[in-house]
Amino acid sequence: MKLIIAIIKPFKLEEVRDALTAIGVNGMTVTEVKGYGRQKGHTEVYRGAEYVITFLPKLRLEVVVASDLAEKAVTAISDAAKTGQIGDGKIFVQPVERALRIRTGETDTDAL
Amino acid sequence: MTTRSPSRHFTSVIRSIVFPRVTSRAIAACALIALPSVAFAQTSAATVEAPKINLADTAWMMMATALVLMMTLPGLGLFYAGMVRKKNVLATMAQGIAATVIVSLLWMVAGYSLSFTGSGAFLGGASRMFLAGITMDSINPLAKTIPESLFMLYQMTFAIITVALVAGAVADRMRFTAFALFSVGWLLVDYLPLAHWVWGNGFLMQMNLLDFAGGTVVHINAGVAGLVAALIIGPRKGYGSDNLAPFDLSLAVIGTGLLWVGWFGFNGGSALTAGSRGVFAIVVTHLSACAGALAWSVMEWWKRGKPSVLGMISGAVAGLGTITPASGFILPWHGVVIGLIAGVTCFWACTSLKLRLGYDDSLDVFGVHGVGGLLGTLLVGVFATAAVSANAEAPGGFSGLLEGNTHQVLVQIIGIAVTVGWAALTTWVLLKLISLFVPLRVNLQNETEGLDITQHGEALQ
Repeated sequence: MKLIIAIIKPFKLEEVRDALTAIGVNGMTVTEVKGYGRQKGHTEVYRGAEYVITFLPKLRLEVVVASDLAEKAVTAISDAAKTGQIGDGKIFVQPVERALRIRTGETDTDAL
Repeated sequence: MTTRSPSRHFTSVIRSIVFPRVTSRAIAACALIALPSVAFAQTSAATVEAPKINLADTAWMMMATALVLMMTLPGLGLFYAGMVRKKNVLATMAQGIAATVIVSLLWMVAGYSLSFTGSGAFLGGASRMFLAGITMDSINPLAKTIPESLFMLYQMTFAIITVALVAGAVADRMRFTAFALFSVGWLLVDYLPLAHWVWGNGFLMQMNLLDFAGGTVVHINAGVAGLVAALIIGPRKGYGSDNLAPFDLSLAVIGTGLLWVGWFGFNGGSALTAGSRGVFAIVVTHLSACAGALAWSVMEWWKRGKPSVLGMISGAVAGLGTITPASGFILPWHGVVIGLIAGVTCFWACTSLKLRLGYDDSLDVFGVHGVGGLLGTLLVGVFATAAVSANAEAPGGFSGLLEGNTHQVLVQIIGIAVTVGWAALTTWVLLKLISLFVPLRVNLQNETEGLDITQHGEALQ
């Protein structure tokens, strides 16, 4: 099993969700985060006082998939989240040792 | 003229509506009662009436009092809190609540008596301490047609908002205890004498300083006090380097709306009667707010390419503050001109002047209220129009520069100088005194953590 962590632009969430559903991934966890990479941010001015906003709002998606589905999932997320503009985000893949569905007690890939 | 008391007469009018058979006599009596207040509103010379409670004036002033209190709670509360950082929102609101509570109680104890009774040149008398002696029928000669307790309450709401305004300059860093002590001391030492001088038959009023609704007593006073406090307390940690962006400008916008509408009671109610003068004041107030918002937005379009929402509301408040001293003395088109000048001048004060001189007036109390009040108090000496201000006590009205009276501007300058000097001096002394007992500022760690959690043990989630 693999844990896929994707940092994406917030407005891309629905597209990514649809793309993952289409390949059979049926759950995800989403958190609102702030971050920056090479996209530096923007400047806001309040009554003459300028502030450079370096941390931009992003969404962090976490999905756990069976190992053989991982590549397809990464591609699906990447294609759906891309705009071609700076700040599109990144995807990381980590191995997962165990998984458990709390309601039924199913383990590992049966829990996904 | 009927000899019935106003309340019995009112009952007979109601009875005439419910039981039409007594209509004709009731209508005649109603017309006779209406006559004195019409005479009051006319600009031709009339005999000065003995003080007598007028129901229309009373009803309007009750409404106006509520509108002005609304300007503090929650108008100023939202306006200010929306502009500070999230960790200080509740603490900022607490300062407004504290100002309301402290000022109201002190007003009842001694504030009203010391500012609006008596005939001293510099301070009022003790005759109304604890509001003793005010009855259902008593009337203050300064407001001849409304109950004295209403006049007292109306003036209380002015004192409240003036104190609450000062908090904006030292937002994000003043210790709550110190602010509470400051509210007590500043009301007593700074506000009461000044209110007496300008409105309570003190020496500035005797000189015919024109200040309809508080250019000096409220705006210059709070603005200068705020500046002095900001200079003594020092800038926020991170001023000039950190992101101090507003928590939620939508709160500030809502607050501005409440201030704007409330100002109809602030300026309109300063006529102390329900009539044309109050209406003229409201008209110029609204036009000035709009002109101010427009002017500030144009400046922003020019200087940074986009008009900001903060700029629009700041311009509106600048227009409102600047028109305040002039509101009952001028014509509508004067209001537009004054509003435009206010928008440009206060824009300059909040962007160029503040940055050049380097002081941290967090919410631009000096830049908007101080500069605006100063400008407005000066401009009433230019635009004052006799026909608007003529009444039974001053049959000739008051004229400004445009009507050929060069003297009024000089009186206005004296009033401005006295106000600036008094506000600066008393604020400085008071803060230095308080700092001997309580630090004015929170410590650095508390400032970083936030005033909400450190001063009040609460946080927005």
